[in-house]
Amino acid sequence: MKIAITSGKGGTGKTTVSTALFYVLSKHLKYNVQLLDCDAEEPNCQIFLKSQKSKVSPVHIAIPSIDTDKCTFCGKCKDICAFNAIIMLPSARFIEVVEDMCHGCGACSYVCNDNAITGKNKEIGFITHHNYYAREDFIEGRMHVGSALQTRVIRETIQQSGNQDIILFDSPPGTSCPVIATVSQADYVIMVTEPTPFGLHDLKLMTETVKQIGKKYGIIINKAGLDYYPLYDYILREKINLLGEIPFKKEYARAYSQGEILTENDKSLRNTFMVIINKILNGKAI
Amino acid sequence: MGKPFEIVILSGKGGTGKTSITAAFASIAENAVFADCDVDAADLHLLLTPEIYHSEKFPSGTKAEINQELCTGCCICYDLCRFHAIQFYKENFKVDEYACEGCGLCVEACPANAISITQFANNNIYFANCRFGPMIYGKLGIAEENSGKLVAKIRQYTKDKSIEKNAVFIIADGPPGIGCPVISSVTGADLVIAVTEPTLSGWHDLQRLIEMIGRFRTPVNVIINKCDLNENMSRTIENNLTDLGIPVLGKLPYDDTIVHAMLEGKTINEFKPEGFIAKELSKMWKKILN
Repeated sequence: MKIAITSGKGGTGKTTVSTALFYVLSKHLKYNVQLLDCDAEEPNCQIFLKSQKSKVSPVHIAIPSIDTDKCTFCGKCKDICAFNAIIMLPSARFIEVVEDMCHGCGACSYVCNDNAITGKNKEIGFITHHNYYAREDFIEGRMHVGSALQTRVIRETIQQSGNQDIILFDSPPGTSCPVIATVSQADYVIMVTEPTPFGLHDLKLMTETVKQIGKKYGIIINKAGLDYYPLYDYILREKINLLGEIPFKKEYARAYSQGEILTENDKSLRNTFMVIINKILNGKAI
Repeated sequence: MGKPFEIVILSGKGGTGKTSITAAFASIAENAVFADCDVDAADLHLLLTPEIYHSEKFPSGTKAEINQELCTGCCICYDLCRFHAIQFYKENFKVDEYACEGCGLCVEACPANAISITQFANNNIYFANCRFGPMIYGKLGIAEENSGKLVAKIRQYTKDKSIEKNAVFIIADGPPGIGCPVISSVTGADLVIAVTEPTLSGWHDLQRLIEMIGRFRTPVNVIINKCDLNENMSRTIENNLTDLGIPVLGKLPYDDTIVHAMLEGKTINEFKPEGFIAKELSKMWKKILN
């Protein structure tokens, strides 16, 4: 079963929930589980796991390299490029690929009749396999700073996942392409929210997104304690399964700040996560 | 009147307080125009409660589609697609709409002309006025893409509006992360204010953000929010930033005033103008003015 941990609004506790679930499933319930950090722009799970690297592999895209001696400046490559990544000035015999805009689709070399375009590899990020509780049970996708192809790194990360019984995806925040690249590969989606107007607003967007993609889903309320009833009202009316609540405590925030897995040192929270896991795996949350 | 000074508020890590701080500056600044560039999860309008007077559609994703009656099953598109977006499912070739990046290579290559590409326009741009001035913001269609270009368009409209209004400042709330919508928010801006928190994640994410902004040579100032959550960490971040030559604009303690202001749909400086947080934010704004 593949479970994506998402949020809409950033900073609601995706990584807290992902690492806590990973801990309880592996350590206490003895599941064969793997955690994937899919937030390739800002991967944070490693801060909490402090695990041993076992394998690093780069993520490449093939970007075009144009030979100006062979190029006849016909403009076909520039016209087909959907990403405006080719700049051409025929009068100056100038043609260039804007590497940061290129998605590496290969359309330019396909349409070139002059054999002027060849591919070269560009590294956009890398994927690290780690050993934590078990062999290669944690994989991190990390995009290089400056790249805009986070989605590609995420897809590659998911592609490298193992055959564990449960695979957890720590998703990026928001609702756009990188989130969809993550959620579309999952069987079940956990949405982490907080009881504030921002939390509710972004939760609604996330719910609509997950519905559109057609996945089963449930909610965890983090930093609970603020009597913000519109959130509970929404969950009730939309008939969304409330998987559990994590109370707001300053000591949790402090433990998080130091990179501690919350369930490691808190028994009652461990029980909260046991209940959450039970609801998901027994199908009660569906 | 010269070009307006454009300030973008970013964070790397989400949930550090970007939007609440942007809204506070919006209530202090005079002669400013506002933008929300966090198009995935736009929240600034919840505090600035703008009235929309005009909206327009903006292109969202492109999706390729295969006409099953024309498809001969030659496999060419399947072999060429570098995004693995063509799938063989129940004896038919189909496009996985979430993997398709809309490059158009399959359309070009299909010998049976069976593939077409449709451009959708499900993203929205809103033109509005709030109690502090004009505001332009966007909303990504559900499960839609193209957020980078949507951000670029919002910034362009905001710039046009600021010139029309002779505004001195543009204040923009940015998205979390360091990917395409963030790059799109930063290019050409005059100042980035990065809001961080004293956590290992906050610092990790801030470093990546600073490195990304460094490529554009845009000056960065940092606000450390919830600084009393971990005093040691807060000091370490401050020292590291000093070593990098990045000014710390100010530090704010954890304070539930921010949440209570949010619950009332107000900015911190309207909700509790005499409070510590509001006063600190006013001081920070004065520093920006200088």
